[in-house]
Amino acid sequence: MSGIALSPLEVAAAPRSEAAPSRWNPYLIGAGIGVLSWLVFVIVAAPIGITTAGAQVAGGVAALFIGPEAVQANAYWARNPFRLDYGTLFLVGTALGGMVSALARGAFRVEHVPAVWSERFGPSIGKRFAWAFLGGALIMFASRLANGCTSGNGISQGLQLAVVGWVFFAAMFVSGVATAWLMFRTR
Amino acid sequence: MFPVSKEVALWLAPVFGFAFGWLLERGRVLDYNVIVNQLRLRDFTVLKIMLTAILVGGVGVYALVELGFARWHLRDANLGGAGLGGLLFGVGMAIYGYCPGTGLAAAATGRTHALVGMLGMIAGAIAYAFAFDWLRGTVLAWSNLGRVTLADVTGLPLWALYAALAVVAVGLFAALERWQARVRA
Repeated sequence: MSGIALSPLEVAAAPRSEAAPSRWNPYLIGAGIGVLSWLVFVIVAAPIGITTAGAQVAGGVAALFIGPEAVQANAYWARNPFRLDYGTLFLVGTALGGMVSALARGAFRVEHVPAVWSERFGPSIGKRFAWAFLGGALIMFASRLANGCTSGNGISQGLQLAVVGWVFFAAMFVSGVATAWLMFRTR
Repeated sequence: MFPVSKEVALWLAPVFGFAFGWLLERGRVLDYNVIVNQLRLRDFTVLKIMLTAILVGGVGVYALVELGFARWHLRDANLGGAGLGGLLFGVGMAIYGYCPGTGLAAAATGRTHALVGMLGMIAGAIAYAFAFDWLRGTVLAWSNLGRVTLADVTGLPLWALYAALAVVAVGLFAALERWQARVRA
């Protein structure tokens, strides 16, 4: 199925990645995120991060099922309660930014199964959804264990040359490459 | 004047978040294929973005801290948490094809599988909250160096480490571009 190796160029020409006109150079994007870091460090004294607020939102969701008392009694949520604060509002902005950018360049479209997945694992929507759910659960659990994700640890701690950021970045990259190799290798 | 009050920061949060989401979308990293092909070492967009963000952000923040306009926001170097967390994270990222920030923004661009992954993220956070007491006594208790930087552990000055990072990053980018040009030819 996926015996054919895609070169970077062919990948770039795949349908979903195509709508290219208003896409920017990755170095420019990286520099933009770097400058955004300068701004948030100075103006709001809050580095870019996603999952601390994500876990707060999860606490809000959990309260619907197990009741707010049980959530408040939890040692983790007692430290990170659900509320509309800087972190959770940042998440709202991140989702809106992605959406408006896609709409503005006509790239907003429904995608159930991405191309590279489909080539290897077939077009089944249920299969892709099941694995996406599991993968999502894993990255969130892992981010809380590491006290940050690609943004909060990798970029925001990494740019301060914090040991935690670089340990996380290295571990994530090595295991990500190893897992992708196991998933996509052809015998 | 800076940092602004908590109330003003609440208004700025969605603005900064918006800029972040916009940059991720324009940078092609809301595309599952781009992220997974990074992990398959076929597309280096993710690494280019992250390393440039770390380099540009880091040098600037270092200067801003030295000049007194900002302060550091270091987190504990909990080696068990960061190491094991990083390893687990890589597995999840290869399966899901997103990290939390890109998954969130991708779900907002019509990618339903990214949205399903967000439901998984909520489940993962709930699982973590229930495992927290146990983790606190085990993995998180293994080794905590405190809020240390690479300067603290190497004994080298920060400016030298930033300079070294710049040399390594630019060298890596140059090598990547040369290699990619050859692959395309």
